[in-house]
Amino acid sequence: MTMPKKHSDLAINGDNAVALAWKQIDPDVCAAYPITPQTIIVEKFAEYIADGEVTTEFVCVESEHSALTLCTTSCSAGARTFTATASQGLAYMWEMLPITSSMRVPVIMAVANRAVSGPININNDHGDVMSARDCGWLTLFSENVQQAYDMSIIAPRIAEHPDVQLPCLVNLDGFILTHAIERMTPIDTQIVKKFVGEFKPMHPLLDVKHPVSHNLMDGPLFYFPHKYQMVQAMNNALKVAKDVFKEFAEISGREYHLVEEYMCEDAESIAIVLGSSFGTMKEAVDQLRREGMKVGVAMPRVFRPWPIEDLAKLMKGKKSVIVMDRHLSVGAYGPMFPEVCAAALENKDVPKMYNFIYGLGGADTMVSDFMSVFKDVKDGRATRINYLGVKQ
Amino acid sequence: MVNIANYNDLVVGDRVIEAGNSENFQTGDWRSLIPVIDIDKCIDCFTCWIYCPDDCIIIKDDMIVGIKATHCKGCGICAKACPKKAITMTPEE
Ligand code: SF4
Ligand code: SF4
Repeated sequence: MTMPKKHSDLAINGDNAVALAWKQIDPDVCAAYPITPQTIIVEKFAEYIADGEVTTEFVCVESEHSALTLCTTSCSAGARTFTATASQGLAYMWEMLPITSSMRVPVIMAVANRAVSGPININNDHGDVMSARDCGWLTLFSENVQQAYDMSIIAPRIAEHPDVQLPCLVNLDGFILTHAIERMTPIDTQIVKKFVGEFKPMHPLLDVKHPVSHNLMDGPLFYFPHKYQMVQAMNNALKVAKDVFKEFAEISGREYHLVEEYMCEDAESIAIVLGSSFGTMKEAVDQLRREGMKVGVAMPRVFRPWPIEDLAKLMKGKKSVIVMDRHLSVGAYGPMFPEVCAAALENKDVPKMYNFIYGLGGADTMVSDFMSVFKDVKDGRATRINYLGVKQ
Repeated sequence: MVNIANYNDLVVGDRVIEAGNSENFQTGDWRSLIPVIDIDKCIDCFTCWIYCPDDCIIIKDDMIVGIKATHCKGCGICAKACPKKAITMTPEE
């Protein structure tokens, strides 16, 4: 691996890191509506536009529904298009989410994960993205500010690949990553530009020499097969993501995987978690290891497509698997739990499976809390579904 | 289950990538009633031709000569619009 020259590190929050990645990519169009904790991304990016640092056409819209409608049509016209939102904003986009994906236009959207009202709450959990998970969007998670930046550069490469052609959600935890300043190593702008490359839209509407129609009425004859095409695209995205991660490692020295693992190889009990809690759980694992407990933690970097094979491999031979969900399908389980169970069924022996719901509406979850999760499982105090910290 | 296309035959996404082909989308099979024109009552005013949403009234030498069965949806607008009540919506064989 040839390492590029070292760039000076930045002290930067997650939102500004995403805006920086966007600036380096210089997309054709951006439309967004402000909502905390996403606001800084678009505020900062609007500054770059005003200062003439990018050539992006920024469109002010009156709502998130209009934002995604505009982004979808602008991308289908042939423009590389980015947007960002959170919580109620993503909820307000919901009607358009499956349309963007079925139109097969690779819009990129940063999601500053925040609880969905109600009760009214603006703090971090995964209620927004989890409620959008069935909409056909590629979905990437980041553990820290560096990864929010890196995933913003990686996302268009996966989304725009001819074998994929699907929109992509880039998740970063609200406040924990969006507003907290961390140290980050950026990549040289010219290298980013070369890596991301030029957007080559398929059958764009503005190619007037080849007139096309998009988003037509699909009767029963075509609706199901078009959905199946998306299944194939998601399957392809697994390989594409792996290839793009490899290429990204060459320009950055940072290696990513469909499923990130920490101390899992010899672990008897592992936890599966998304987003910034992955970092907190690594610390919990370190401390428990010092106490002699064989534990590990993993994070599906790519949540859609669901990396079922890699997860099955990860869970093989484990005594117990703990699924940490920062969202709750009230009346059932956390959204990730049944999906991890389905992946576990790929193996002959299925570990004991536990679901912990944690941190809803920004409920603080510390290293000691995550340590108690592993201990509750080990000492037989855990039930199938557990609500971490809720006093009964 | 016969009414599902092979996904491999379809362009990616719900797109049509050539122009002017709505002619190929035959809406005629939606029909339960077909308009039958009584040529004796017809005064060739073309009201039905103006009103038909699918351009299914066939005109030849300034005269109404029939219905385009491949695309007529059987909506009955022509029969309603005809000032001479020359069109009857009729069940098909
Ligand atoms: S029934 Fe409707 S579609 Fe058929 S010819 Fe009359 S107006 Fe046109
Ligand atoms: S509207 Fe009636 S009278 Fe006029 S052309 Fe049509 S069928 Fe004939």
